[in-house]
Amino acid sequence: MSTVAAPDTGTAATAAAPRAPLAYYPGCSLHGTSREFDESLRAVLAALRVPITEIDDWSCCGASSGHATDHLLGVALPARNLALAEAQGFKSVLAPCAACYNRLSAARLAVAGDTELAERIPDVLGRPFANTVEVESVMDLLREAAVMIEEKVAAALTPNPLEGLRLAAYYGCLLVRPPEVAGYDDPEAPTSMDEVLAACGANPVDWNMKVECCGGAFSVSRTASVVRLGRAIIEDARRSGAEALVVACPLCHSNLDLRQKAIMARGEEPMPVLFITQVVGLALGLPAAALGLDRHFVDTEPFIRRLVEQAAVRAAAEEKVKAEAAAKAAARRGKAESA
Amino acid sequence: MSGTSETRAGATAGGDFEPRITAFACNWCTYTGADLAGTSRLHMASNVRIIRLPCTGRIDPLFVIKAFERGADGVIVSGCHPADCHYTAGNYHARRRFAVFHDLMGFVGVDPGRITFSWVSASEGAKWRNVVDEAVSKVRELGPFTAYRGLIDHNVSADHFEGLLTAVRADPAGSEAGQTEAAQVGAAVVTDDGDPS
Amino acid sequence: MSRIGIFVCHCGENIARTVDVAAVAEALRDHPGVAWSEDYKYMCSDPGQSLVRKAIEEHELTGVVVAACSPHMHEKTFRRACAAAGLNPFMCEMANIREHCSWIHEDRDEATAKAIDIARTIVEKVKHNRPLESIRIPVTKRALVVGGGIAGIQAALDIADGGHEVVLVEKEASIGGHMSQLSETFPTLDCSQCILTPRMVEAYQHPNIKLHTWSEVESVDGYIGNFTVKVRKKARSVDEDLCNGCGDCQAACPAKKIPSEFEAGLGTRTAIYVPFPQAVPNIPVLDRQNCTLFKGRRKGLAKDACGKCKEACLRGAVDYDTEDTFVEEQVGAIVVATGYGLYSIGREQPEGLKGYGEYGYGEVPDVIDGLQFERLASASGPTAGAILRPSDGKEPKTVVFVHCVGSRDPEKGMSYCSKICCMYNAKHAMLYKHKVHDGRAVAFYMDVRAAGKGYDEFSRRAIEEDEAEYIRGRVSRIFREGDKVKVWGFDTLSGEQVVIDADMVVLATAMRPQAGAKELAQKLNVSYDEHGFINEAHPKLRPVETNTAGVFVAGACQAPRDIPDSVAMASATAAKVMSLFSADELEREPAVAVVNETTCIGCMSCEHVCPYGAVEVKEIRGRDGALQRTVASVNPGVCQGCGTCQAVCLSKSIELETFTDEQVYAEINALAAWD
Repeated sequence: MSTVAAPDTGTAATAAAPRAPLAYYPGCSLHGTSREFDESLRAVLAALRVPITEIDDWSCCGASSGHATDHLLGVALPARNLALAEAQGFKSVLAPCAACYNRLSAARLAVAGDTELAERIPDVLGRPFANTVEVESVMDLLREAAVMIEEKVAAALTPNPLEGLRLAAYYGCLLVRPPEVAGYDDPEAPTSMDEVLAACGANPVDWNMKVECCGGAFSVSRTASVVRLGRAIIEDARRSGAEALVVACPLCHSNLDLRQKAIMARGEEPMPVLFITQVVGLALGLPAAALGLDRHFVDTEPFIRRLVEQAAVRAAAEEKVKAEAAAKAAARRGKAESA
Repeated sequence: MSGTSETRAGATAGGDFEPRITAFACNWCTYTGADLAGTSRLHMASNVRIIRLPCTGRIDPLFVIKAFERGADGVIVSGCHPADCHYTAGNYHARRRFAVFHDLMGFVGVDPGRITFSWVSASEGAKWRNVVDEAVSKVRELGPFTAYRGLIDHNVSADHFEGLLTAVRADPAGSEAGQTEAAQVGAAVVTDDGDPS
Repeated sequence: MSRIGIFVCHCGENIARTVDVAAVAEALRDHPGVAWSEDYKYMCSDPGQSLVRKAIEEHELTGVVVAACSPHMHEKTFRRACAAAGLNPFMCEMANIREHCSWIHEDRDEATAKAIDIARTIVEKVKHNRPLESIRIPVTKRALVVGGGIAGIQAALDIADGGHEVVLVEKEASIGGHMSQLSETFPTLDCSQCILTPRMVEAYQHPNIKLHTWSEVESVDGYIGNFTVKVRKKARSVDEDLCNGCGDCQAACPAKKIPSEFEAGLGTRTAIYVPFPQAVPNIPVLDRQNCTLFKGRRKGLAKDACGKCKEACLRGAVDYDTEDTFVEEQVGAIVVATGYGLYSIGREQPEGLKGYGEYGYGEVPDVIDGLQFERLASASGPTAGAILRPSDGKEPKTVVFVHCVGSRDPEKGMSYCSKICCMYNAKHAMLYKHKVHDGRAVAFYMDVRAAGKGYDEFSRRAIEEDEAEYIRGRVSRIFREGDKVKVWGFDTLSGEQVVIDADMVVLATAMRPQAGAKELAQKLNVSYDEHGFINEAHPKLRPVETNTAGVFVAGACQAPRDIPDSVAMASATAAKVMSLFSADELEREPAVAVVNETTCIGCMSCEHVCPYGAVEVKEIRGRDGALQRTVASVNPGVCQGCGTCQAVCLSKSIELETFTDEQVYAEINALAAWD
């Protein structure tokens, strides 16, 4: 069980009212292939003073296999984790992986809408389950915190490397569909991630493949399809002027990052694929090493270095302008005094 | 069959008893629906007598109480489906009124099974037949509604009074019959010396 | 003392087979208050009715009960018979022993006993009947038509031709409505303006039609036969009497780039303008929002920034200082014909609507809606009838038509079908192919709804003669890719995804009521549904009336519909209006509520629950003019007789004639006579 305390990052930002501790459901990917999502998320949550506690003894959410096999299984597997969270005293669970989030939400909805199922589930689980725990996605949380992020970004000690950076927000499917499960954003033209990117000072581009499929779990079984779909996504992002892609799902990241070598087989420029939490972390001034940016297949180092350099140049230019203005003002004052 | 009050009062529930049901029907929907049932020759129980009103919104809850007082064993109130009222909103008023009235009847001790509230449209002849048959069979099971009559029966002896008190203490929730008796006793106590004790 | 006559009908075998009618007559003979009782084979026949009349005269009857079929069948018949014999018709009621007795029971004893109960109940009711006179209210024989589209014009012409004055109010500068924007109409491909403009001129010149354009209904008071309507004539800035339609002001206007509403945003107009060359009346209005002079005035400039149109006008008709004026019209009937608007499905939507951001409408210039395509195809449109796409003016070689955008979609759009789109999509495909012979027209449809006369044949023509490709499936996304508009769709019949690189896309967006329709409905006190369409009185049998007496409805403001149906509906409303105007006075059944002003406490609960607004506050003043108290008062012209007021009256001061408390309690008590 790991608990992340909420240390003071030394920023002089407005302190929002501390939240009740969230249960944290990492699922299989966050401790495995998407460790950087987990690392960057924890770092950002710490900066935003959101305490999280990993659910004790959590188990698989079932993902696609669960609900494709059997409806009851597809509900019971995620419900077990909700029941654990309930028993451990939590009101809300944060599930960063889009598939886990979707399955946990779907289970909650299924049980709420079917009294027979609601009566059956505790027997199946072998533990009580009152369906009181709510499910939050990372996008929910970050969007709610957008104002705080904006303030912290403005108050950060280092210049914002993301200032004006054109980014393509890629939502994929499970974050926004089906609408009654995912709930909070337009399933065809979502804007929540764009809002968060804007709060970070970046410039989210208007592009066409926001919610188009990345190939999902076919990464291994039908790699060619994933490559084709990924290419369409990256090319449209590039055509729309984006310098990097931003995702909020481990599988999307994997398909676009891990498979990018195959996608760019024709020798195109690689495009970095960042997790939204990594982007927020950079804007908040957290060090790249704390955000797992060295774990990607598409090397982010030159990209980040360039951003930091450009930010420094911008900051220097601003300083120069400020200094000149101050000098002018001082000169005018001097003239006035001596007159 | 019209029986006399003597045989009626004495009959047990489920015996020879044929309930008397007064129905308040709105002219535009239920009354016309009942006409349609007739035109379609749908046979049904003959215990119901319809009183035509322009709209269920016209129905004063006192009509229902009066019907019971005058000897009805059950009452049906039926009008247009919500949103279809000929006068646009009358049935909504009726619905609201009867939600409260229904609770009041239960509180007062009238079995809610005696009152049927339904929406029957002008095209639902079969539904009217079903409403009638179900109401009749339900009220038949509940037996004759004698509670009101019991209130005006003054002849209660002191021994009978004692017996009733014992019975009521033993079973305070009581059946409708028990409550009737208790009411009788109450009435008797009031009228015996003209002075409420 | 009641002297009631009871007549029991055999109705051939219909009643007599199951009910012992003689026994019923016998049982009622000695009932207190009954002076005459007989049974007869067919009461509704002439001899049967004669029996009633004879009995009234011979036995001086004060009331009549006919125990026979349902009052819905023959109440009028017997009331007329009574009136002919000098008995007030409202002293006659029917006891339903057929539909409610003989036809639904088998046991003769049970049925007969029930028939006796029913008859007795009605006898007891009639004892409390009162002689009533029909209510007569005067009728102003002028009509108001709100909306000058094809439906409004048709209604106005029909009523005017019928010899009555019509006031036609139109909120735009010209009448004609959306039909004037269409290029050709299905299924004949008639030129829309060619068939419309003669009607427009006729309406303008008709001696019985008073036209108020650039005007809106401000308020409506009164009731059927007696409406007082206040019309706001918006400031035109042009004197309608002086202007001769020469157009010099428009030529002189320097503000030439204002998006034209008539051109659906694809063309421009000047600040002082007539919406289209065939406008009726051909009198311009000055758009003060976009006019240079008025912008200057709003900024507070000392000197007027422009004045070119006034200078150019040789008749001195331009006047910048006019204000909105009000005209009061007295009318007896109102026809609502405000028509429709299209669902603008872009990403930006007012509260409650979701839009279809994925279709790129409002972002990709070459994605347009049906009315915009009509303007492209129109000879008088921004491209003189050539099909050219908005972004670069090039001729599109592949045009995709998408059906059902925002219709039949309870999730994101309107739940209903907009009825006309399948037809106009076929028309658009045909018009496109007629002008661009080597073009490709592709239509994505869900179902093809072409149910009118000649409609299916028309629709098939688009496919068979003009080679339009019809793909059954939905479109998931439309976006710009380079020079093309990419359309991602699906073909359900082959099960394959379809990607089309189109040059232009035409969306068939949902038909919705005009903006402001709800507010107008509230002013008229008519009800509307959740989409804003005006509610008809009965969907099957009273499609052109509303539940507000004297207000009728025609055209697309009631539900999506095409031109022939709108015209038919408009003529139907005219018939209703003329029927209303056929007598000097309106006769209504006296089944209305009456207030006992002595006992009324003025709580106005009745006013609160009356669905028709028939209850008014009445002041009771003393001889010195001082206000003593207020009581309720029922307008007999508006009251429809539901009785809801009586059920809520705290002081039992309001009574519904024909269903008074006395009458109802008499019936309830009569049933106790089972004992």
